[in-house]
Amino acid sequence: MTHLVIQAVLAATVLFFVFNLAALHTWMERKQSALMQDRIGANRAWIVFPRWLAPLNWLLRSFNVLGLFHPIADAIKMFTKEDYIPPKGDKFLHTLAPCLSLFFALVGFAAIPFGNTIEVGGHVINLQVANINVALLYIFAVASMGVYGVVLAGFSSNNNYAVLGGLRASSQMLSYEIAIGLTVMGIVMIYGSLNLQELVRAQGHYLFGWLPLWGFVVQPIGFLLFIAAGIAETKRIPYDAPEGESEIIGYFVEYSGMKFGMFYFTDYLETIMIASLATTLFFGGWQVPYLTQAGFQFPWGAAFALAPLTVSILQILSFVMKVLFFCWLFMAIRWTLPRFRYDQLLKLGWHYMFPLALANVFITALILLMVPK
Amino acid sequence: MIRTKTVKRPELNLWEKLYFPEVFRGVLLTSKHFFKNLTLHAFHAIGLFRKIAAAVTIQYPEQLWKLPGRSRTRHRLTKREDGSPRCVACMMCETVCPARCIYIVAEEHPDPNIEKRPKSFDIDLGKCVYCGFCVEACPEDAIRMDTKILDIAAYSREEMKLDMNELLNPTIAKAISAKP
Ligand code: SF4
Ligand code: SF4
Repeated sequence: MTHLVIQAVLAATVLFFVFNLAALHTWMERKQSALMQDRIGANRAWIVFPRWLAPLNWLLRSFNVLGLFHPIADAIKMFTKEDYIPPKGDKFLHTLAPCLSLFFALVGFAAIPFGNTIEVGGHVINLQVANINVALLYIFAVASMGVYGVVLAGFSSNNNYAVLGGLRASSQMLSYEIAIGLTVMGIVMIYGSLNLQELVRAQGHYLFGWLPLWGFVVQPIGFLLFIAAGIAETKRIPYDAPEGESEIIGYFVEYSGMKFGMFYFTDYLETIMIASLATTLFFGGWQVPYLTQAGFQFPWGAAFALAPLTVSILQILSFVMKVLFFCWLFMAIRWTLPRFRYDQLLKLGWHYMFPLALANVFITALILLMVPK
Repeated sequence: MIRTKTVKRPELNLWEKLYFPEVFRGVLLTSKHFFKNLTLHAFHAIGLFRKIAAAVTIQYPEQLWKLPGRSRTRHRLTKREDGSPRCVACMMCETVCPARCIYIVAEEHPDPNIEKRPKSFDIDLGKCVYCGFCVEACPEDAIRMDTKILDIAAYSREEMKLDMNELLNPTIAKAISAKP
């Protein structure tokens, strides 16, 4: 019983953070792009109370100026807009598609470990919603299920452009899924596990006693390929041919209101998912360099004892910071690069990414054979 | 025979074809702007380095763009020393106006030295194309477009019409009715 309660609390916490981070992504998107382009960015959604509540206004002022209420304005707009279903479209599938997309984007987070075990009141809690042995496979499985939402959206809209967009999306996602699966094989071979918590623990070792043996140190090519293929999975620029908001309209042309919002939300969730995966697999997950369960132990001999709870908090913070960094990086890439043409995109996936990932696996295998543990 | 010049398209070298270095270079450039502006915004928030702008944005209704001296803006009618309009209702501007948005009704001037004066002088800003021909055509320097007023937002076409009083006193900002 307590086990169930603990698990429910963990799941609620993860959902809370993921939802809020995804909503904040709309703010990040606006503000970061503005700063990158020497603009100010959206700052007109103000919440202002009448005069007699002046202290409240004073408190809200910085939020107003920073434009932090724009996500709320977005939500209100999305929920109150007309929800249009094309009369000749498939009503059931049309409604089902965004739900499928959102669902499969969310359930993946269950397997992401965001901290080591902590002990609360005699219970040892593993800071991961579901400790699955084949977590990596599970995540890729649900991520590839997400393509159903996209294809169904295109199919059920009774719109040729939407169907084409859905087809573009499915072929892109399938091609890059193969590349992304192969890029992480190197990591799996080196650390010898598919369990993400185990993978993160294995990254706590040090090369030469000082270099943290994180994924990107042992698999630099794999890391670059993973980032490149990962962005393709999120269907954002430079791989946004399935959506092509500005001109070659994509699979969600016929969506409006919150259903459109759900697709958009899915994109942000997938970005966060890829960021969390990159953190977990290549950036040591919740590991903080030189931090053990007893406190800091620096390679030059200095030690600094910390309480177990402080250590756990530091580790969770480290995980969050790394995820935020990757979100920032993906956003920076999204606002820097132009879009691939569709043939270039598939060529990149099949002619370069896939063979390179394969070569990476082979070379890793050779090195592993030659260097005995 | 037609001679054509073949323009050689720039070819990517191997380094650029690798794509990753170029992506890195691009992200580096945009990130430089990002961090520079972020630092500047942070400094502005605590009141430092206000002189160095962190963005090129002009926040329009609160912050106005400094118009060049010769820009054509809302019309005004100039006055004589006694405050009456300088216009002699010669209809030159009304005739030249390509948008036909000037409507003048003339009447006799009490001063026998001056032939006519406008009884009413209306300009429909909703039609005006801001060409400035009226200013050029006027023989009396009676109409000018130098008020620096740009915003003529209104909820109806009627509200965009200026009568003689408003033209003579451009500081009267036309109140925009609250309801659309
Ligand atoms: S600026 Fe041109 S269009 Fe406008 S009133 Fe003068 S002549 Fe007519
Ligand atoms: S051209 Fe000048 S003087 Fe003649 S009607 Fe127009 S404003 Fe009056």
